[in-house]
Amino acid sequence: MNPWLAIILGSLAVFSWKLIGYLVPTKLLDTKWLSKLAGFLTIALLAALVGVQTFVGQNRIAFDARIPALLVAAVLLKVKAPFIVIVVAAATSAALLRLAF
Amino acid sequence: MSIGRGSVRSVAISVGVATGIYGISFGALSATAGFDVWQTIALSVLMFSGGSQFAFVAVFATGGVSALPAAITSAWLVGIRNGFYALSMAPKLGPKGLLRVLAAQLTIDESTAVSTSRETPDEQRKGFWFTGLSVFIFWNLATIFGAILGGFLSDPKVFGLDAAAAAALFALVWPRIQNSLGAIIATTAVLASVLLSLVLPSGFPVLVGASIAVGIGFVLERGRI
Repeated sequence: MNPWLAIILGSLAVFSWKLIGYLVPTKLLDTKWLSKLAGFLTIALLAALVGVQTFVGQNRIAFDARIPALLVAAVLLKVKAPFIVIVVAAATSAALLRLAF
Repeated sequence: MSIGRGSVRSVAISVGVATGIYGISFGALSATAGFDVWQTIALSVLMFSGGSQFAFVAVFATGGVSALPAAITSAWLVGIRNGFYALSMAPKLGPKGLLRVLAAQLTIDESTAVSTSRETPDEQRKGFWFTGLSVFIFWNLATIFGAILGGFLSDPKVFGLDAAAAAALFALVWPRIQNSLGAIIATTAVLASVLLSLVLPSGFPVLVGASIAVGIGFVLERGRI
């Protein structure tokens, strides 16, 4: 698939939710169940991406510099560090570990 | 967050500046994942929803062109919550015609949060529009900056950008997993997607693993009542 086509299709797909919310009468929906689904999906997808980004390399499980880097991020999240500090600290940790070993 | 304090305008601007920082990370990660500067900018202008954009780029980074269908699906599913924001904003804004399309595009976490934190209907409307526009401007400016920055980094691994992507996603999910149900869903999603990576082509482990985790979330939710 062409990346441009994917970007446009993906954007339309995301936009579809936004627009549907303005077009559908609230009464027609069992919003309690659906909003729970939305909440669960957001958590599950982002967490799954964290998992794959951290533990997977070339279709196999890999234990490398990304794991300590994520632990650094977890500690910084715990102490409520700003987003940019967390991201930069994780990148720096991984880069330094790779340099060292 | 102290999003309810100060004038609507100043709150909107400070929220915009704050999200700009996410925008720089997004731009850099998108560029190192393999999208060019224009494609990265297009994602921020057209998709304009941080969680979906990070998901899209992360799936593409793991699987390349063949993972693009899975990237679209992931972004779409992460974006579902915007639909609920839109449902809650619709009666307050009551937009018509072209304004409705614009309101829809600006319906994201931040604009909804600022609007919801306001008392009067007038301030709720202003909170939505000011914040939506402010975030749109800062997010896109930051994306351009990040994409150019990312373009200079030849091997993302040397600079630990693969770890940065994981940390960015982790920071996005963190506030949502501070209760036991959220934490269980997240842990299940991590385990399932990592194990499925051994057998499924890239992109799909995320989708299938997340679906399993959502299923478990509903089972636990039912057992609790």
